[in-house]
Amino acid sequence: MTDKAPIRLSTPLKKEEVLALQAGDRVLLTGVVYTARDVAHRRLVELLDRGLGLPMEIEGQVIYFAGPSPARPGQVTGSIGPTTSYRMDPYSPRLLEKGLRGMIGKGSRSRQVREALQRFGAVYLGATGGAGALLARAVESAEVIAFEDLGPEAIRRLRVRDFPAVVINDAHGRDLYEEGQARYRVEQAS
Amino acid sequence: MRQIQAEEITRAVKELCIEANYRLGEDVLAAIRRARRDEESAPARAVLAELEENAAIAAQGVFPLCQDTGFAVLFLELGQEVSVVGGGLEEALQEGVRAGYREGYLRKSICDPFTRKNTGDNTPAVVHVEIVPGDRLKIRMAPKGGGSENMSRVTMLTPAEGWEGVKRFVVQRVREAGPNPCPPIVVGVGVGGTFEKAALLAKKALLRPLGSRHADPDVAAREEELYREIQATGIGAAGYGGRFTTLGVHLEVFPCHIASLPVAVNINCHAARHKEVTL
Repeated sequence: MTDKAPIRLSTPLKKEEVLALQAGDRVLLTGVVYTARDVAHRRLVELLDRGLGLPMEIEGQVIYFAGPSPARPGQVTGSIGPTTSYRMDPYSPRLLEKGLRGMIGKGSRSRQVREALQRFGAVYLGATGGAGALLARAVESAEVIAFEDLGPEAIRRLRVRDFPAVVINDAHGRDLYEEGQARYRVEQAS
Repeated sequence: MRQIQAEEITRAVKELCIEANYRLGEDVLAAIRRARRDEESAPARAVLAELEENAAIAAQGVFPLCQDTGFAVLFLELGQEVSVVGGGLEEALQEGVRAGYREGYLRKSICDPFTRKNTGDNTPAVVHVEIVPGDRLKIRMAPKGGGSENMSRVTMLTPAEGWEGVKRFVVQRVREAGPNPCPPIVVGVGVGGTFEKAALLAKKALLRPLGSRHADPDVAAREEELYREIQATGIGAAGYGGRFTTLGVHLEVFPCHIASLPVAVNINCHAARHKEVTL
């Protein structure tokens, strides 16, 4: 990860802003992001397969792989950290093709997703897994906009301010996990 | 026979569900602090600092440690001289989970495996009961997150593969899991028994206080060996690279069939949640 100051970004993201990001950059995201995880992704791609519209604008947008815990009275959300991203790998390229510009999650992505990031000029960001209480502080509002029947898996429109994330896969093929881990791997005699 | 009221059990389980999800154990906090002190990777240290801050926020009782408040897994040690009165034991436990997840504003994460329809109240809990001497009931609650559970595996090695095979399997599993299960992880390893016994041993290994060593010095030495090899993967906190991929490795062993060498690896995220009570 780089030592330089975090890069402030506002959604929707412009392609040139995304192309300027490098693996390891820290970012602070402000604006609207949409939560969607397993079943919500399946449904979004089913809508596309049937030639129907999506329940939200996708061009330039950011999807956060997250399903919050219930909000207590007086709170806009419960804890809201990232879920593991690879489960969304079968669906993400379809959404990137439609103009999705960024994803926030945790964990490694498939080769197909990383190639799609390069092809369409998009970015995959990591938020700290297991820091859902901390990340909730960056959420200013949350509203269910689709698939309410899915409960925690429903699609929510979040308004975030200075949401902290790290560039894992940039639009140029770099991968923070591979680069960071190679620095600390100790080859074993066995 | 000593009588325990079913509603007392329900109340205890409810409180364990809430307590486990809001208050990170001192053993885990101490392990995170140690890792932060000794970690040389700056990005990993930053993640560990966030985890300490996250635990402090959760302890205030508004936001649980993680939005994934887990599958409710209950381990019971039921004294053979205990009689549960005023209702069934199983229903008392499930009602405790239901109430805990509702009143604690915990996420309901349990669904039908095929339709994916949410059960709506985080039940059913997974319950393991062991009958022991005495007239007490010990209940241990370990909410288990889906992300780290997905990275867990069971395999049946051949006796010829031996300890080297066990190590290879465990370390390979951690390497493949990489950043997915929220490292620094806690690794529970079960060796021996049957297919399901190995898995159960691995899960029970996660319940031991973090940092404790196995009472058998031979097993403890194997734990040390696994610990060193897992740290050498370099995965580090959040997978950003670092010296602390694991906060602790716990190994539990059981005799096995002359034909077999079952091995299970149960991976827990850094929020190694477990609370217990004795009634």
